[in-house]
Amino acid sequence: MSADHAHALEAGRGNDLPVHRDDEGSKTGMWLFLFTELLLFGGLFLIYAVYRSMDGAAFHHAAEELNRTLGVTNTVVLLTSSLTMVLSVSALQRGNRSRSLAMLTATFLLSCCFLVIKYFEWSAKYHHGIFPGTEHIHALPAGEGLFFSLYFMMTGLHGIHVVIGMIAMAIVFAKVRSGSINQDRHGALEYVGLYWHLVDLIWVFLLPLFYLTN
Amino acid sequence: MAAPSSVAAFGTTGSYLDTFPGRRGLWGWLTTVDHKKIGLMYAAAMFTFFLVGMALGFLIRLELLQPGTQFIGPKTYNSVFTLHGVIMIFLFIVPGIPAILGNFILPLQLGAEDVAFPRLNLLSWYVYMVGAVMALASLFISGGPIDTGWTFYAPYAVNTQTNVSWAVLAAFVLGFSSILTGMNFITTIHRLRAPGMGFFGMPLFCWGLYATSWIQIIATPVVGITLVLLFLERTLGIGFFDPSRGGDPILYQHLFWIYSHPVVYVMILPAMGIISEILPTFARRTIFGYKAIAMSSMAIAVVGYLVWGHHMFTVGMSDTARWIFSILTFFVAVPTGVKVFNWMATLYRGSIEVRVPLLYALGWVFLFSIGGLTGLANGALATDIHIHDTAYIVGHFHYTMFGGAVIGMFAGLHFWFPKIYGRMYDEKRATWAWGLIMVGFNTLYFPMLILGIMGMPRRYQDYLPQFSFWHMVSTIGSWILVAGILLMFFNLLRAIRHGKIAGDNPWGATTLEWKTSSPPPLLNFAQAPVVTTGPYDFTEILAKGHDPEAKSL
Repeated sequence: MSADHAHALEAGRGNDLPVHRDDEGSKTGMWLFLFTELLLFGGLFLIYAVYRSMDGAAFHHAAEELNRTLGVTNTVVLLTSSLTMVLSVSALQRGNRSRSLAMLTATFLLSCCFLVIKYFEWSAKYHHGIFPGTEHIHALPAGEGLFFSLYFMMTGLHGIHVVIGMIAMAIVFAKVRSGSINQDRHGALEYVGLYWHLVDLIWVFLLPLFYLTN
Repeated sequence: MAAPSSVAAFGTTGSYLDTFPGRRGLWGWLTTVDHKKIGLMYAAAMFTFFLVGMALGFLIRLELLQPGTQFIGPKTYNSVFTLHGVIMIFLFIVPGIPAILGNFILPLQLGAEDVAFPRLNLLSWYVYMVGAVMALASLFISGGPIDTGWTFYAPYAVNTQTNVSWAVLAAFVLGFSSILTGMNFITTIHRLRAPGMGFFGMPLFCWGLYATSWIQIIATPVVGITLVLLFLERTLGIGFFDPSRGGDPILYQHLFWIYSHPVVYVMILPAMGIISEILPTFARRTIFGYKAIAMSSMAIAVVGYLVWGHHMFTVGMSDTARWIFSILTFFVAVPTGVKVFNWMATLYRGSIEVRVPLLYALGWVFLFSIGGLTGLANGALATDIHIHDTAYIVGHFHYTMFGGAVIGMFAGLHFWFPKIYGRMYDEKRATWAWGLIMVGFNTLYFPMLILGIMGMPRRYQDYLPQFSFWHMVSTIGSWILVAGILLMFFNLLRAIRHGKIAGDNPWGATTLEWKTSSPPPLLNFAQAPVVTTGPYDFTEILAKGHDPEAKSL
């Protein structure tokens, strides 16, 4: 234990000293975090299950309002982005930095694409008065109102996660470019990848629950 | 940077309290990633909130001294008991032991330099402080202090004009801090045990924290999203908990208790861990049934996740659901019983040395046994109908939460104080404080059990004349209790500067934290420890003959 060691441990400035490095530990922490994310959505899935079992017909009817084509397109977009994410990680592991950066950029653009499509879907609903708290929603049968509330809460929370994922991507992009994330230390990129797959996975459940349920 | 005698020894000699690698003073504290300093920062914040919460509780009791309004009107009374609950639960008891003693002791007991993610640990403290400030801010901004009770039940929490929105967001933020601490501890336990220390070689406090951390990361996100939904219900009207829009307020209660029952064990399991450290140390023999105690912590964590419905027996649930929840509630008492019997067996034929931490530990077992057994009466369906929402419930959970979690924390504070500051408090004064706390506690809370069975509802500002006597007894108890707690804090605070130098291992304890100097150096150990014996092996201590002034082994 040298002075440098202690200093870096205390100051935590992340300079290049081999400080307390434990990739396995970091990965454990990341998986635990992903677990909590699942449970965060778990509460909403639970509410969905309860209200759908109470009024399944209303859920089916309300789901017809959603645009299935856009939903499926977005699924394809997100799944592709997961693929490019994997390619970016594996490119860096093999030492191909420019390819890794290119794939990361592709992932970022695909997630932009997802959000743009989502924006059009949400704004179309909004123009039709389908949004929590509007007169139109209150006029609908109760079960349908709950369906749309759930739709906005769950896709909204998912959307927030997409945005957080994109911010994380931008940060690791800068770090891969500067070389502080590299072939030997690629943990951070990998964890952003894990996070992104989780965001993807949750969407895979949202698609059938909302778009394909009618 | 401090000037150590040789550069290579930096952080391995001297006290962590005087060692700052970067800036010193207040800024050095606010930017530290040392788990020990962070533990003390939590302590400073949380004990402040505890004193505020205690003052509010004191006011409640004063108001209830006699029937009719003394000096707090009914509306203010609602706010006062709500704030008492919110502050005590969310700001003090839930995060308390893990954040203060867990942070300080866990890496030391594992023989590690720090937790797995030191910077994340500091972030948790800041997140906690943001949540705490938000909770306190809800008092002063428009709408006024919340009056829903700490449970924020819908539909009232949706409709009330008071500032529920801020309070639930504060609880959400505090939950986030709790999750981060849980992740940190689990990773630390998995990755940073000293060479030679297997999972079953860990001290039992670590097991308690391990079970706690799992509950924290499994249960907290659920209440997080529930509170966010309550917030959105208030702002957007999403209708999930609003019957006029097809929603169900009882669903809120389910989601709330899915978290808030397991979190009871977040409060109690670390305290059980502390007791498991103290008893063998003062009985000078290894703990009885180590594996049974370790596994019972995990069993409590698992079964405790499945019993939330027992908070809702009277609100409308199917009979099947009710008897299943009731049976599971009885199951959760089994691992607790296993622990209590093991503790008693540890004391049996030990060479017991009665010191202050042992007094607290024994008091803990007494109070928590009352808390646990009165809980079984609640868990039985028929009796619960009679005592639901009465003062009996208030008495019961104060015996578990205060008698269990908080007295456990006091026990831990007295046990580890000489390690934390290297100084010993006045043991005579500490014993007096303990006596006052025990007498005051029982005088305060036992009458509540009686009042509840007589029919006194909880959360009422006024009461019928037949309840007067026991209310008066209870209020007198609160005076004794507060005197005891203030004396205890005075004694400890004074000892930080004026206590006698304690020595590295004043109790003759065996776990790793006692094998380094007191207070420990910044990096905890002069040399990374290697473990060759079990955590409670007293052969060496007994062979040497215990000398309280002894330096580290």
